[in-house]
Amino acid sequence: MNGAPSSTYFTASPDWEWLIVFYFFFGGLAGGSYFLAVLLDFFGRPEDRPLARVGYYISFPCILISGILLTLDLNRPLRFWHMLVEPNTFQPMFKYWSPMSLGSWALLLFGLFSFIAFLGALAESRRIGWLEPRSLRPPGAVGSVLAVIGGLLGFYVAGYTGVLLAVTNRPIWSDTPLLGLLFIVSAASISAALMILWADRSRWSVPSLVALHRMDAWVVALEIIVLIAVVVSLGAVGRAWLNWWGVLLLITVLIGMIIPLALYWRRGWLGDLNLTTSAALVLLGGFLLRLIIVFSSEAI
Amino acid sequence: MAEPMGFYTDTTVCIGCKACEVACKEWNQLPATNGGVNTLSGDSYDNTRTLDGIHWRHVKFIEQFTEDRKDGRWLLMSDVCKHCVHAACLEVCPTNAIIRTEFDTVVIQSDTCNGCRDCIAACPFGVIEINPASNTAQKCTLCYDRLQVGMEPACSKACPTDSIQFGTISDLRNRAEKRVAQLHQSGEKRAYLYGADEKMLGGLNSFYLLVDKPEVYGLPPDPKMPSRNLVPSSLYTIFGAILVGLIGLFNFRDRGAREHEEVQP
Repeated sequence: MNGAPSSTYFTASPDWEWLIVFYFFFGGLAGGSYFLAVLLDFFGRPEDRPLARVGYYISFPCILISGILLTLDLNRPLRFWHMLVEPNTFQPMFKYWSPMSLGSWALLLFGLFSFIAFLGALAESRRIGWLEPRSLRPPGAVGSVLAVIGGLLGFYVAGYTGVLLAVTNRPIWSDTPLLGLLFIVSAASISAALMILWADRSRWSVPSLVALHRMDAWVVALEIIVLIAVVVSLGAVGRAWLNWWGVLLLITVLIGMIIPLALYWRRGWLGDLNLTTSAALVLLGGFLLRLIIVFSSEAI
Repeated sequence: MAEPMGFYTDTTVCIGCKACEVACKEWNQLPATNGGVNTLSGDSYDNTRTLDGIHWRHVKFIEQFTEDRKDGRWLLMSDVCKHCVHAACLEVCPTNAIIRTEFDTVVIQSDTCNGCRDCIAACPFGVIEINPASNTAQKCTLCYDRLQVGMEPACSKACPTDSIQFGTISDLRNRAEKRVAQLHQSGEKRAYLYGADEKMLGGLNSFYLLVDKPEVYGLPPDPKMPSRNLVPSSLYTIFGAILVGLIGLFNFRDRGAREHEEVQP
């Protein structure tokens, strides 16, 4: 281990692999789409409400999938509840300085808020016969409070995974404090992309779809800047990407960030397919980004 | 609380007999690798390869020879959990499965661990791994069960050269410092103690006498606590949330929310 660029190179791999990559992806979608839905609820036009509902429709299944993925990744899945309750004392298990402990509670609480919003959206669109949950959505007082708290929790769920990686001693992950920032920006971009795809597939032409696409372009541009900052902050450890992972990262930046941006600025390039192609590429890029960050460290 | 206990490992007297490995496996009933069908690593006499869930002691063989092998030396070192005073594994464990005992050692409670593997990523020394028999994270317990009845840990008891010494930390530090002075006096000026003082993670309750750089032994030169990143990383993430929020706000602004009016089904 002579010449290792960091003391983090002397650690063992936790074998966080595919399930965790998918969790990071679905967790980002869950938190990001909830937050975007809240923004649309508060600042969108009345005719944008169907688009806001899409955010809630995406968020709840994604957080449900996230919980399942995390549980399956445990070596002892039936002990998942040990994250929340101490098995010997049956006291609540909570360590604010452990991102995994705090994250477990955030997932539980966000799951609850996400479910309420999901129910509210279903009721509002009359997809279920029970219409009372409509009041659980803004702009009513209860709905607004729920949306604000849920939105903050959504942000937490979308970003804490990067902090979790940083609060280890593994190469790359703990060699930069910027992964949480990268993940939260990426969560916003992939969530906007999925909402755009959903709306486009449903052939909606709500005004906020344009705003959402414009926002996605801004967020993708920000993502490129943050990714450059991550590489710079890694210093000598960045050499870990001078291999196929680095090549894949460049491909990801190209197809998941630069081409979608170009498609946004040159809207005539693919005609009707411009919007969906751009959104699909952003989604793919977001997934690949998480895959590279998880696996390139695991490979060391 | 009893006085802090630990190991002092003098690597200069280790002969690579692996009695410590065998005694550890025997006492702790750790399963064999690959059902007992061992394969040669090709890395000197080291077929244990690494510390993990079923190898809580690992004797490292480091060959330092010239190209023609006319001159050189062996560095031998019995590696183990460092039972850090500021333990990274204990800090991040989300289930409190990892505890500090009355002997100031660090122990994983197998009946509480759910195998999230956060401790594996946090340990700066790469000590912890999953034991496939229990499917929980495991490592050296410094023979907690033996300590509780006044016995010495199995590995140090078995060590035929006293390369591994067990005792109170204050006593071990005294012995180690005397040994370093003795080695310096006899001409081995490279001897030094790794992790014996508080500078490294508050002190390692299993510290070493080494005669080369830590990285030569596979030890990190500058191990750190994972929590060093908690505040900066959180602040950057909050900053990111604010940025994204502002971008959203600027794109959706000047529109008030109204209820239950739709143009789409």
